[in-house]
Order: sequence, then structure tokens, then C-alpha cells
Amino acid sequence: MTLLEQFQLWLASMWPDWAAYITPAIVGILVIIIFVLTMVMVIIYFERRFMARFQIRLGPNRCGPEGILQPIADAIKVLFKEDIVPAKGDKLVHWIAPIVVFVPILMIFAVVPIHKGAILVDLNVGIVYVVAISSLSTVGIYMAGWAANNKYALISALRTIAQMVSYELPVVLSILGVVLMVGSLSMNQIVDSQSIPFILLQPLGFIIFFLGTLAEMNRCPFDLLEAESEIIAGYHIEYSGMKFALFYLGEYGHAVAYSCIITTLFLSGWRGPLLPPIIWFLIKIMVVFALIVWIRSTIPRLRVDQLMAFAWKCMLPMAVINLFIVAAEVLWLPEVFPWIMIAVNFAFACALVLLWSKLFVLGGGRVEV
Amino acid sequence: MPSDIFACFFFFRHGILSPQHFEPGAFTVLADYGYVGILLVAAILFTILLLLIPLTLSLLGVVPRKSNPVKTSTYECGLETIGKTWVQFNFRYYLFAILFVALDVLTIFLYPWAVNLRGLGLFGFIAMVAFFIILLVGYVYAWRKGALEWK
Repeated sequence: MTLLEQFQLWLASMWPDWAAYITPAIVGILVIIIFVLTMVMVIIYFERRFMARFQIRLGPNRCGPEGILQPIADAIKVLFKEDIVPAKGDKLVHWIAPIVVFVPILMIFAVVPIHKGAILVDLNVGIVYVVAISSLSTVGIYMAGWAANNKYALISALRTIAQMVSYELPVVLSILGVVLMVGSLSMNQIVDSQSIPFILLQPLGFIIFFLGTLAEMNRCPFDLLEAESEIIAGYHIEYSGMKFALFYLGEYGHAVAYSCIITTLFLSGWRGPLLPPIIWFLIKIMVVFALIVWIRSTIPRLRVDQLMAFAWKCMLPMAVINLFIVAAEVLWLPEVFPWIMIAVNFAFACALVLLWSKLFVLGGGRVEV
Repeated sequence: MPSDIFACFFFFRHGILSPQHFEPGAFTVLADYGYVGILLVAAILFTILLLLIPLTLSLLGVVPRKSNPVKTSTYECGLETIGKTWVQFNFRYYLFAILFVALDVLTIFLYPWAVNLRGLGLFGFIAMVAFFIILLVGYVYAWRKGALEWK
């Protein structure tokens, strides 16, 4: 039973039913919005400082102590920018696109357990809901690229869809490994059954899911849709002011959302010794995000053909193999001592990654059967 | 419809609809999706509110509103844009899209299988292996025909 359901039952003893039903929802939604906005500000600041360290510079350090007020200064600046709508563009779609990008990202957080029982709704199809909702913001990105009436924006939007179409499959298949082990789709039960984090039990699934989500949230090295050197800024070239800020919020909101999902699926969510669960959850999110920033500052951007080849020739077969390995383990080795399973799975992961990297070096990214 | 959910909740609370009228869990599922619906409405309102703040400020004259033809023209690195943007062109990845449609339906179909695998046992495993072998034929065919190359 989640905290909100208990709250609802408690209210129902005093208030009329409709009020007892609505009030917990409003409380939960306020928590979600505050959580998302705060986390987005924190990770924007964190990314800028952390990236700066990689590039041997200081990063923003003027607003407040250690530049900690920089995201707020950015927000105020963006608020006072003039709003420019391209004269030749599709004005209605131009206005709707930021909403379509940002709303699904808030919707993802409905099924993210940030604390023991702290979840808006514990849907019994939780993880499928995440997969379904998170792909909707691609539609918003395509709308933005189309409405701008700008060739670069349109190219960027089409690239986004190609990328989304390719990386959706490995992501969905690697989630299946977790579902097989848990035997349920509910996010709460996924956390409950992780006495050992699933990153240890299925490292290959974690790698595939992590890379796939990097591509889905358009982060480096898969950020072809906003490749500054070739298509300037991609789909949000023609946006300014608050609408641009919504895309920016959306991008980082996506990063927060996927950090939360990775934490919940593979890093045992809010579970952990000594510290309160919410602190563990925040620590794990920040670790995942730090890994994302690390990858961004280390690896150069891929070419489009490499990107598609990587999804279809490398990640998809590996995801299927991972699925069958996990299925076989669940069926025939359920009672084996976990440390043996961890060793076996790490061996499988290393062998497969090495094999595929050999294939890719030989073919130069163009493997033939 | 939210009103249906309220009505359902009301009847349920006052014993007009007893739990036997529902499948186990049916009522909570309905109430859960009510929350998702409320979240959808709240998220849309919140986003529109965010967009309305600068509009209000520009009506108050705080945010500048000095549009001119150069500012609203298409920005393509300083050069004037040539020809139309909204034309028909070859978007290259339609083969990927077709493969995606075929395989994505499969993956959603895999979810119930994955949830119930312990109950299905060996038979379920073999059935899925057979299914994947059929798919593998199609996958290898697509690869050999060059559908997985970005040309």
C-alpha cells in the first residue's frame, strides 16, 4: 500500500469521497513537479561544473557560493527573452510542440518510487507505462522540427525518429530481463525483489539498457539531432525564450527520468543500508547521471550510419541473447547461490561484448553476414 | 472520464457496488488510472502556465516585443534559405521503420510471456525459441538484403 493510498483512506474517514480522492493526487503531483524542477536545476549545475573539470576549467562560479545559483540566473534570463516565431513556420504547431515534449516527461514520474511507498500510482503495468509514455516526446520533437520551416530543424527531427525507432527495441528487450526475474511489471515489486541489485545479476542487460536510454534521451555520443557542427542546434534552432527553456527542461527532465528508471530497474531503487531511502535514491540518481556526463565528455559523437549499425547489428542481437540467458537462468537455476550467478553473468557479458567489438573492428562498422 | 471514476468511487464507498461486482483489482486499477489522468491534466496546465508567464510579462512591457522581418526569417547560418523546406524527400530509414513496426509488436507481446515464464515452464521457453528462430530468418534476410545499411 502506497503512502498516498494510506493518506486517501485517512482522509476518507473525515471528508467527502471526491475530496478524499482528489487531495492525495494533488499532493503527489505537487511533489512530482517540485522534485523534477529541483533535480533538473541540480543536474544542470552539476553537469556544467563536472564537465568543466573534465575540460580543465572551472565552470560557472560567479552566481552565489561556487556558482550554485547559476541555474536560477539562467531561468530568469530565459524568462525575459523575446519570443520569436518564424514568419514562414507553422505557428500553432510551433506553440504546441514544447508542451508535447515536456508533458510526457512529467508523466513518467507517476510510476517512479522515490521512497518506500512514495509513488503516485503503483500501476500493475508500471514499466510498460514508462516505455509507452517516454517515447511520446519524440512526437513533440518532430513537431518542433517540422513547424520551424527550417531545413536543419527538419533533418534533426527526422534523425530523432530514426534513432528512436532503432533504440526502442534493445531498450524494451533489456527491460524484459528484469521482468523475467521479478515476474511482475509493477515498479514497487521490481524494487522489492532486488535484494541483490540487478546490475550484478545481469550486467549485459544493464549495459544495453544504459546505452539505449542514452540514445533515447539524445545524450552524447548519440546526440546527432543537435550536432552543432553540422545542423547547428537541430530541432530547437528557431525557438527562444520560455519555449526554448521548455525544450531544455525536457532534455534534462528526460535525463532525470531515465536516471530514476535505471536506478529503479538495476540499482535496487531506494533500498540501501543505514541512510534513509530517499537519500539512497538521490545518491544513485547522481551516480548514474555522473556516468552519463563522464561518457559525454569522453566519447566523440557517432556518424549516422554507425549509429544505426550499432543499434541493429550490435545491440539488438545482444539484447535477444541476454533475454534468453536470463530466461534459462530463471527457469533452471533459480536456487543457485547468487555469487555463482553473478560470476557466470559477468563472464557472459564480457565474452559477448568482446565478440561483438571484434566483429565491429573487422567490418569497420559494416558487418556482413 | 473523471466523473465516472468519482461515481464509481462513491458507489463503492457506500456499498451500492460491492467488491463482488468487480474482478479482483478492477476497482483499484480504475482509481489508479484516474490519478494518471489527473497528472496529465495537471502537467498540461503547468506547462501552459509556464508558457503564459513570458506572454503576460510581454503584455506588461517587461519582455521586449520588437519583431521585424529579419528577426523572424529562417535562420540557416546567415545565408538566406533556398527553396522550400516542406517538400517530399527520401528519408532513408523507412526500411528500419518497417522492421521496427514488425519487431516492436513482438516485444510488447513478450511482456506477458516474461511475467508468466515461471508458470509456463519449459514449454513456454521452447515456444519462444521457435518464435525467435522464425524472426531470425527475417532478420538475417533483412541484413543480407542490405536493409540495415544507412545509404
